[in-house]
Amino acid sequence: MSVNGVTRTVRAYPMARLLDVLREELDLTGTKEGCGEGECGSCSILMNGVLVNSCLIPALQARGTIILTIEGLAHDDRLHPLQQAFLECGAAQCGICTPGMILAAVHLLKNTRRPSLEEIREGLSGNLCRCTGYLQIFEAVTKASRNEVVS
Amino acid sequence: MAGSEHEVVGTSVLRKEGRDKVTGAARYVDDIRLPGMLHGATVRSKIARGKIKRVSFSPEIDWDEYIIATAKDIPGKNCIALILDDQPCLADAVINHPEEPVVLIAHPDKHALARAIDAVVIETEPLPAIYSMEESENKAEIIWGTDNIFKSFLIEKGDVDSVWPQADRIVEGEYFTGAQEHLYIENNGMIAAFDPAAGITVWGSLQCPFYVHKALMALCGLPEEKVRVVQTETGGAFGGKEEYPSMVAAHAAILAMKSGRPVKIVYDRLEDMVATTKRHPSRTRHRTALSKDGRILGGEIDFTIDGGAYATLSSVVLSRGTIHAGGPYFWPSVRIRSKAVATNMPPHGAFRGFGAPQSLFAMERHMDRIAKALDLSPEEVRRRNFLQPGQTTTTEQIIREPIHLSGLLDKSLAHAGYKEKKEKFALENKTGSIKRGVGIAAFLHGAGFTGSGERYLDSVVGIEGTADGNVRILVSSTEFGQGTNTVLCQVAAETLGIPYECIAIAQPDTIIVPNSGPTVASRTAMVIGKLVRSAATGLKQTLQLDGTLAESYTAEEFAYACREYVARKGVLRSMARYSSPEGIYWDDVKYKGEAYAAYAWAVYVAEVSVDVTTYSAKVEDFVAVQEIGKVLHPVLARGQIVGGVAQAIGLALYEKVLWQDGRMVNGQMTNYIMPASCDLPPIRVIFEEIGNPHGAYGAKGIGELPMDGPAPAIVNAVVDALEVPFDSIPLLPEDILEGMGPQVRRQNGPVGSPF
Repeated sequence: MSVNGVTRTVRAYPMARLLDVLREELDLTGTKEGCGEGECGSCSILMNGVLVNSCLIPALQARGTIILTIEGLAHDDRLHPLQQAFLECGAAQCGICTPGMILAAVHLLKNTRRPSLEEIREGLSGNLCRCTGYLQIFEAVTKASRNEVVS
Repeated sequence: MAGSEHEVVGTSVLRKEGRDKVTGAARYVDDIRLPGMLHGATVRSKIARGKIKRVSFSPEIDWDEYIIATAKDIPGKNCIALILDDQPCLADAVINHPEEPVVLIAHPDKHALARAIDAVVIETEPLPAIYSMEESENKAEIIWGTDNIFKSFLIEKGDVDSVWPQADRIVEGEYFTGAQEHLYIENNGMIAAFDPAAGITVWGSLQCPFYVHKALMALCGLPEEKVRVVQTETGGAFGGKEEYPSMVAAHAAILAMKSGRPVKIVYDRLEDMVATTKRHPSRTRHRTALSKDGRILGGEIDFTIDGGAYATLSSVVLSRGTIHAGGPYFWPSVRIRSKAVATNMPPHGAFRGFGAPQSLFAMERHMDRIAKALDLSPEEVRRRNFLQPGQTTTTEQIIREPIHLSGLLDKSLAHAGYKEKKEKFALENKTGSIKRGVGIAAFLHGAGFTGSGERYLDSVVGIEGTADGNVRILVSSTEFGQGTNTVLCQVAAETLGIPYECIAIAQPDTIIVPNSGPTVASRTAMVIGKLVRSAATGLKQTLQLDGTLAESYTAEEFAYACREYVARKGVLRSMARYSSPEGIYWDDVKYKGEAYAAYAWAVYVAEVSVDVTTYSAKVEDFVAVQEIGKVLHPVLARGQIVGGVAQAIGLALYEKVLWQDGRMVNGQMTNYIMPASCDLPPIRVIFEEIGNPHGAYGAKGIGELPMDGPAPAIVNAVVDALEVPFDSIPLLPEDILEGMGPQVRRQNGPVGSPF
């Protein structure tokens, strides 16, 4: 599979969770486990451009796919516009939901360049955050969508 | 206290560890792997109460691959040392609650643990168990001490017995709050490593490094210097990582000492939810004597919380709940009795607000009941009873701050469009299936430890200049999202007159940082912030007295002076120790005096809609007006309020722990529902800044305040919408259905089976 633009080969049990493969085999620990049952969205990644919960994806299904995790967003020292906006708007507090939340936002902005507040609420509804009450996350997504063209 | 006086304090600098958090580089405990590390797991009791007869290990597992530990493997004392030492680390002879830890196992492959847990058989002889406060009070069984009571308090002010004959009206009410799960998104986790020479080291997700340190000293039988506790990045806590991390650390330590290898224990969501602490369920009874114009003459308040099976922090939670039970009102006389009782549930524990959300829910529902009984508006009855400067609280603390609660009330009503909404909804609610209402809550929250608590804590902070000319803060105060790192660095930068970027904060590590007390009780910005300011002043003076730094200086000159000093003398460090402010008096026995050095004050207004065909309530709009002293960081402060309001909306309308024989049966995010992004209303946050002489640059506590007010404001709004009294939270659709009773069900036609 291609992970953050690099081809990676991993030997894993077919039913191993993609989340574990990323964290344990590839040391990509930015993808977090919150519930292990697809409810919280902390393990969200993009697989072939689709937002998925990596705790629910068997390794088998990830074979040959293109994976984007939080580690693949910033370029050298330059943060992705969403990362920068999350930082400036106070959208990350404890930070444990942040990688998944940012990837959900990347997915949203890819499909809806200038989302309305309702579209943001809907687009992030699979990702739980216990710290922020979400408002500053919505503001960050709005800010990023206005500031930059997100590719 | 104008923001313009300051360069750094009062501005929204970027969160210190924010970059690591948005890039995924931040290291949480589960992200750390040590060479040769084993994975540990906990085998727990299935019953609530009984005797352990035998522990056996089913033969289908090759147990030689596993490290197994029981209470017999504990080198020191089998307890989690905290306030009382009644809670065992591993149950030995008796079980006192479901999910009590009994056996520990470890294996190199974490996937080999689940099957092994199921293969450990704990044979027990069950004993009758207690699952409610009433059964505990009735002493159906004595399960703790001699009377099932962990702690009780009595506050008496004036002669309440004499007011009943003078009362024009006596209003009574009984109010309940349920358990609430913290639901931090990062579950509990710890790694322990043991070296016979160096001792035990643990790394993990926690709020209070020195609580864990104390617990491990007792458990491992090791001296202070042979126990080291390091906080890793912590993914949310909310009080839920105040006491339980000592348990997880103890388990990891036992396995590490037995195996000689590092051991990681990370809970999965189910284990974290069913086995660790929750907010104490509560019951509050009010009986209030009133004059016909709506003034409180006196009253009795009876506040009871369910502590679960062991004492843990219940006495302190009870204390705060008791002191806050009278709300922000003037009571000429009052008697408050409170107690924390034992049940055979997993111990309830610290949770943002710490008893105050429970007793304030009751107070604020009761104010609306009083208003209705006297035919006054909810805002007017509050206005007539608000504490004024110079008056005394229930503990007879004189209010010295120039507070103006009616002003906060007016402001919140204006922002909410309260009056217009009231009129509009009264008309609209006559028809249609969506009923709307608005509700108010006025409240206060004391910052810092109660009474003499801060003096006992005796907190110390340090600050040092480094060889490269920068500055590093040394505190055991932890960051878990609320902004400790950022705010303390702002205070140091402001005090030293150097850029925020030049200040770092040490990772909390008990061999590096002094004991600045626990990160709880909304004390960090106020108490620790002030100590950081004092230590920073000391650092500056050291350089100036030494002649290395001039009276006025640039950032470059400061850095140069640091480098010079460190090169010459080796260490540049300044420490500051807490000393209690003058004139603070507290009587721990009579519960009288200055309960808190400062209070934050607030009035919140909620607008709800209730769909009477589905019985679901939704918060449509929310206004939060508060006075929290100086706002040190506007973005973080707003984040604390909005996040707290969201969590309290959960407490009011969504989050219900379902119990069966003392065990939580909905321990998953699928069936214990917290607010998601679609569930929240606009939350408008307004700060008033009076200031506070006891806090850093005038700051007060802020973290817990927003947990106190939303639930009563929301329930008052639901009552306003439906004209049916609800006195219990959480208020889920089934509760609303039940509360509305047969009358409404008739109006709406047959509902059939709702389940």
